[in-house]
Amino acid sequence: MASVSMMRSTSHGTTPLARVGNTPLLRFESLTQQRPHIEILGKAEWANPGGSVKDRAAFNIIETALRSGALGPGKVLLDATSGNTGIAYAMVGAARGIPITLCVPANVSLERKRILEAYGANVIWTDPLEGSDGAIRKAIEIYTANPARYFYADQYSNNANWLAHYHGTAEEIWSQTEGAVTHFVAGLGTSGTFVGTTRRLKELNPDVQAISFQPDSAFHGLEGLKHMPTAIVPKIYDPSLADATLEVGTEAAYDMVKRIARSEGVMIGISSGAALVASVMVAEQISAKQLPSATIVTVLPDSADKYLSENFWNA
Amino acid sequence: MPLKVNIPTPLRRYTEGNGEIEVSGNSVGSALDALLQQYPSLKKQLYTDDGRLRSFVNVYLNDEDIRYLEKANTAVKAGDTIAIVPSIAGGTQNL
Repeated sequence: MASVSMMRSTSHGTTPLARVGNTPLLRFESLTQQRPHIEILGKAEWANPGGSVKDRAAFNIIETALRSGALGPGKVLLDATSGNTGIAYAMVGAARGIPITLCVPANVSLERKRILEAYGANVIWTDPLEGSDGAIRKAIEIYTANPARYFYADQYSNNANWLAHYHGTAEEIWSQTEGAVTHFVAGLGTSGTFVGTTRRLKELNPDVQAISFQPDSAFHGLEGLKHMPTAIVPKIYDPSLADATLEVGTEAAYDMVKRIARSEGVMIGISSGAALVASVMVAEQISAKQLPSATIVTVLPDSADKYLSENFWNA
Repeated sequence: MPLKVNIPTPLRRYTEGNGEIEVSGNSVGSALDALLQQYPSLKKQLYTDDGRLRSFVNVYLNDEDIRYLEKANTAVKAGDTIAIVPSIAGGTQNL
């Protein structure tokens, strides 16, 4: 009883998992210098505890599965990932004591491999020639062979993925812009960010324009993004949500990463670079149409930390 | 020298669906040239307009990244395997 009476009535600090979401909204003034009536804003998703936007989906997928009983004692969380979702699962799993098994293409960066190992995840490396689709096929094979052992999280089909953005990302953007957001821009990977955020923003203001973007070809270097015409299309993807779709080249994204590092002092990741390239395209279209002021908001999935050994910095 | 080139799935649409292609050459560069002669539409996928290997394209000779060997001049011998691997997030150390 003594120990109970000595328990703290208040606690200081925050638990690591409570830091998922509520990321800063950064304004990139150097991108709109010629167009002062337009602002480009980006959610700095690297502020999440696992370092990427994927913390939102992974956290909600795990919490939802724990509540429904799909994930519980004796069960292992299984999924396919090309990197950031794996890191997010591994981080949440470590904090919650949930064993994690991941199917990951063997050509992810050494930094990612080391992070997954550090969090204690069990990783099954898949054929690099088959990319993330090969990892998905392997996860399905493992699950099918032993369905009682695994909770197959399936981020590509799991509604908890896009709902994390419906309840989180969209509400944050709405409140951080005080309802001024006019355009929402996001890349397509699992499509969870685009689908969830767009659904909620359009409820809050049906005039918000939603613009999705994807790599300009099947063979690309935009980490985490999918070229929808040639990839396994995620079940949660709803192509009818987009008012427009853009294509971004890998080299343009690399150039943007370097430009933002040198002009804004912010080290963004490659898909974040692609998001800003797409946002500038949208700003150009708005200017060409001589529309009044616009607030373009995009999501910057991660920072440059995991890409510092990439070749493009020297190109 | 006869050798094999492994093609990743996103590029197989440019190689009539083939994942493994027999070519001949004395170096990685000449083997890739032979590959591009067979499938010219691959060129834009692998090289920039000024002829450099695109930053996210990694070429391996028997599991060794040619950037750490002698690049396109790396010598090949019969039975070697060249793999073209997209860098999802950068240079992998081992495959």
